[in-house]
Amino acid sequence: MAEQGRVITYTDAGVEALREEMRRDPSIVYIGQGIGPRGGNFRQSRGLWKEFGDERLRDTGICELGATGVAIGAAMAGSRAIVDEVFLDFALEAITQIVQQAANICYMSNGKIKAPVLVRGAMGAVRNAGAHHSHTFYNWFANTPGLKVVVPATPYDVKGLFKTALRDPGPVMFIEHKFLYNTKGAVPTEEYLIPFGEARIVRPGSDVTIIATSRMVELTAKAGALLEKEGISAEIIDPRTIVPLDRAAITNSIKKTGRLAAIDESPSTCSFAAEVLAIAAEECFDSLKTPPKRICSLPVPNPFSPVLENQMIPSVERIASEIRALVKK
Amino acid sequence: MTEAIAEQKDLALLLDYYRRMLELRLFELKVQELYRNARLPGFVHLYVGEEASGVGVCANLKPEDLIFSTHRGHGHAIAKGVPAKVALAELWGKTTGCSGGRGGSMHMYAPEYGFMGTNGIVGAPIPLATGGALSAKLRKSGQVVVGFFGDGAVNSGSFHEAVNMGSVWDLPIIYVCENNLYATEMAFSRATKNTSVASRAAAYGLPGVVVDGQDVLAVHRAAKEAIDRARSGGGPTLIECKTYRYVGHHEGDPGTDYRTKDEVEQWKKNDPIKRAAKVLLEAGLADEKKLKEVEAEVVQLMEDAVTFAENSPEPLASSVTDHVF
Ligand SMILES: Cc1ncc(C[n+]2csc(CCOP(=O)(O)OP(=O)(O)O)c2C)c(N)n1
Ligand SMILES: [Mg+2]
Repeated sequence: MAEQGRVITYTDAGVEALREEMRRDPSIVYIGQGIGPRGGNFRQSRGLWKEFGDERLRDTGICELGATGVAIGAAMAGSRAIVDEVFLDFALEAITQIVQQAANICYMSNGKIKAPVLVRGAMGAVRNAGAHHSHTFYNWFANTPGLKVVVPATPYDVKGLFKTALRDPGPVMFIEHKFLYNTKGAVPTEEYLIPFGEARIVRPGSDVTIIATSRMVELTAKAGALLEKEGISAEIIDPRTIVPLDRAAITNSIKKTGRLAAIDESPSTCSFAAEVLAIAAEECFDSLKTPPKRICSLPVPNPFSPVLENQMIPSVERIASEIRALVKK
Repeated sequence: MTEAIAEQKDLALLLDYYRRMLELRLFELKVQELYRNARLPGFVHLYVGEEASGVGVCANLKPEDLIFSTHRGHGHAIAKGVPAKVALAELWGKTTGCSGGRGGSMHMYAPEYGFMGTNGIVGAPIPLATGGALSAKLRKSGQVVVGFFGDGAVNSGSFHEAVNMGSVWDLPIIYVCENNLYATEMAFSRATKNTSVASRAAAYGLPGVVVDGQDVLAVHRAAKEAIDRARSGGGPTLIECKTYRYVGHHEGDPGTDYRTKDEVEQWKKNDPIKRAAKVLLEAGLADEKKLKEVEAEVVQLMEDAVTFAENSPEPLASSVTDHVF
């Protein structure tokens, strides 16, 4: 299915989903910096302002805390809101509104108030932007009850998951990866939605299960292709949504292969990779033939120097060599 | 001191200021060239057009005074005394850079020159600078602190919270807003209905002044008065420098989608370096030959900086985990 359709960028897949959903649902308002006439710092809202205008595309000054609170409040009061933090790093300015207000409101109001808000931001390292613009803390939100967390890795997934997110009672953290914005992939012209909590098998395999998210999916797939040539068959799984999580896809695979690695651009401590290993320990302990492995960024702020940043973040070579060692154990 | 004598005294500083502004300008143009030729990694926001602000303020500071800067901070770093070659080496990701190559454009730190950092987070330096001033006051160090920020930052909560604290605690700080009319593509008048930054001072009960940010002596006078007051315990000041960036928001942004060519040209006519040169020539404080000499020296300084940075070593990959704590 994913192989059919036109080839478009990750960015454009998101724009398409937004356009279709904003046409379908007139209650959607989109708030953020530079998302109006400019069409988004990453071109992630290109063309939308022309169609929907200032009324529904609300450009703001630099005020993430306020803008995010406004979006959440609008959502509580009956609109559906998207707030674009642009860089996920800037969601930190707004985190009290996300974690204290949006995440808690449904539960605390005994289910009476929903906040159908989508918080959008792009994470990860790209072009040596340095520590302030490269964070990968999607896992923090997964540790906050009340937030759904989406981390699409392909144009196909961006579009299908965006559309689901814009119909979800929310709140949803929709976390893209800056590095992926210019990547291309096939996206069908006809409408489709991808349900939350459904993993994608990136490649089937029998020797080792590898769980990867976001940009790491692509690097892991490359490592998987290298390993295939050496006779190591890796099953690569992209959960696509961290909350809700497709635990069955992960555990079924581990039970089949008996080996596990989790690849993560976040550092390993309290990471999503750590969660995957915990699930394996709890649910697949007897199936594991070798100790599972986290392959993560080193625990340092993203250095500017390309030499240092390349050392920090898992590379195709590092993933391949660690998997090799794991399988040979 | 009569007006005339004061003016004479200021004029005596102008050649030095001219040179300093030229340093900032030629540094940025060199960075632009290197960046466009894909020699430098990362991304950069250049200070071209805004030099009078950084120079007019920093020239009145002592080496031990502190400044906290922004994403557009190379000029502030050099104005505070960070050698051009050390700044350039940082932009090149080399070990000889002020952050050893770990920081890059938006994370340059040189406390040895009282330079407490550029910053990738808009608004963040304002509370940090306020904290620096609180510490100076508590330690009775006699230091004055300057927090630089753009017009974009004044609509953030950080500005409101920090300036209010600086004022209520009478801290030795100068808040310098470099109002270049745009935050990325967002015109200040689209972001707020009160486009006078200086008038916001009234909300916090501190003096607010507007200056022509393209006139280095005007900036100098406003800064000197504020710095002297802060140093003598008279509390903070908010200075709004009206200025303009000739270049795009960052290298890669042509800067023409949201501004007219005419607007950019008008501002270029009011260039702070050209204006300083004109005054120097008219007042007979320098002749064409002298100005050319100064320029040649600064050009050489930048060439030396390139040689230094280019030939400096890259960090060792194995050092990646150093300095986390
Ligand atoms: C908290 C935060 N939000 C957004 C950004 C993205 N950003 C970087 S610079 C900038 C514009 C800043 O404008 P201004 O403060 O006027 O400074 P100028 O660029 O004009 O010098 C924006 C929005 C950021 N770095 N930090
Ligand atoms: Mg500005």
